Amino acid sequence: MAIADSTRLLVTAPDQGRRRKRTKIPLTPGERRNLRLARALLWPALIVAILITQVPFVVTIYYSFQTWNLQRPRDRGFAGLENYVDVLTNGAFFSSLWATVLIVGSSAVISLVVGMALAMLLDRKFFGRGLARTLLITPFLMMPAASALIWKWSMLDNDAGMVNWVLGLIGISPIAWNTSLPILTVIITLAWQYTPFMMLILLAGLQSQPQDVLEAASVDGAGPVRTFFSMTLPHLRQYVELAVLLGVILMLQVFDPVNIMTKGTGGTKTMAYLLYERAFIGSDIGEASAYGVLTVIVTIVVATIALRTLFKMLKVEGDLR
Amino acid sequence: MSTAVVPRGGRTRKRITGAVLTVITWLVTLGFFFPVAWMVFTAFKSERDAATNPPTFLAELTLANFQRVFDSGFSAYLINSFSASVMSTIIVIILAFPAAYALSIRPIVKSTDALFFFISTKFLPLAAAAVPIYLVLQNFGLLDNVSALTVLYLGMNLPLAVWMMRSFLMEVPREIIEAAQVDGAKFSTEMLRIVLPLVAPGMAAAALICFIFAWNEYFLANLLTSTIARTAPPALGSFVSGRGQFLAVLSAAATIAVLPVIIAGWVAQKRLVRGLAMGAIK
Repeated sequence: MAIADSTRLLVTAPDQGRRRKRTKIPLTPGERRNLRLARALLWPALIVAILITQVPFVVTIYYSFQTWNLQRPRDRGFAGLENYVDVLTNGAFFSSLWATVLIVGSSAVISLVVGMALAMLLDRKFFGRGLARTLLITPFLMMPAASALIWKWSMLDNDAGMVNWVLGLIGISPIAWNTSLPILTVIITLAWQYTPFMMLILLAGLQSQPQDVLEAASVDGAGPVRTFFSMTLPHLRQYVELAVLLGVILMLQVFDPVNIMTKGTGGTKTMAYLLYERAFIGSDIGEASAYGVLTVIVTIVVATIALRTLFKMLKVEGDLR
Repeated sequence: MSTAVVPRGGRTRKRITGAVLTVITWLVTLGFFFPVAWMVFTAFKSERDAATNPPTFLAELTLANFQRVFDSGFSAYLINSFSASVMSTIIVIILAFPAAYALSIRPIVKSTDALFFFISTKFLPLAAAAVPIYLVLQNFGLLDNVSALTVLYLGMNLPLAVWMMRSFLMEVPREIIEAAQVDGAKFSTEMLRIVLPLVAPGMAAAALICFIFAWNEYFLANLLTSTIARTAPPALGSFVSGRGQFLAVLSAAATIAVLPVIIAGWVAQKRLVRGLAMGAIK
């Protein structure tokens, strides 16, 4: 499109702006107005997003180089890398990194596998399919705080919990989930919440599979197992990537179940919880900010991979211009 | 050799496999839904019936728990949740629609960069921004303030809304917009009278997802509010008491808190998946 091309020249290369005076790329008043208009539409949202989400991060970086404990406000000063040295040597950061990897990783794998199974079960016509789908997405819609409370007190409780009762029916003695297996309780809750998320994305992938190709495979004598591994799975690959990465990014911030179910005990102190504890219970702003910066770095690594996948998919769909 | 021979009874076997799969599907589905169903059921039981072992399946139903929840002042928290979620969602949509318009129908060349920027803000962990946010709000006396929470939810949901709206706007046929331009329609007419009605369903879905995320938000609400501006998610924990039984009243409060979002999500489930996948899936 002509308008888009001329604006491309104008906007992508600022140093060409000076040359423009000489070469005079024809830019009609109408085109100029269009460009100004498009910018005016974009800027309000951009400014609000920068103010609310970016400025605090910059301030966090600044704080991370300060000695600053709210209990001793007078001792505030420049700390250099002291906070980072403290944080990286006292062991808490690496154990929280491990807790995060363990909890988020296991929850992601479990919800992916179960979500895949459910997506395949739902990808066929059967009685009450719409209702089953509706019921299955409910855990993802549940308020995470409510899920954590219900799982802790109603499902996994030592005495009144339904899980122990069911286990008792098949002769397994009660398990003190919340106290002796805190990591598992958090993983169960998270996996339960995110399975529908994975299922929905994978189901969309399954349903976008060209039916005629599958029929051709079946006519050629490919069994269901063979079809799944050599046709469905490769087709689903990018959906799996998308589901895992978006799920992992959402779960990396996980705080609710940890704060509600375990308070970070028994190896469940994730990065988000550690930061919260250092800042708002320990009042150490400098150290908490250093944790914050490190958390951001870990997230950026994951997010970069996620974004690449997302853009690849958008390009494949021919959606991105 | 003929390969297309259908074994006798193949159709029957297929039907049996289908029935078995259907039964399995339903068992798993009900298992998944069970915690939600049990929560709702427990909400109508007496405290004594709620905490028995083995569990009570035939209980006398009562509304007393809901009465207790509202007597404890829970409705004030629900109202806070509601106003923070609704207000932030309205402002998000007002800001996101023009921005998405600029990124899809009238693209500036750097639109990919802007798009990248919006989504990257969504990926950064909230916890890392919490310290300065807390201190700033404390300085200005804005802790425990619903408006402050509303502004933060606005920042939290804006990127998501821009992405979703963009994906819906991309589907508006070019010809319609070009025809409007040829007819000399003013820009405001083009955007609000011609395009807006076409993407209204998508806009509603985006609004719903923003509402759900704001309504369910726990971290900021727990940190930045205490009594006046407390929202429902952090308030739920207060029904857990060290003394005596609380399972029925906790279930009742949780049921009230989750119901609006669950029903809204059921209604809009078809569009939900696309929004959650950031528009990468049709």
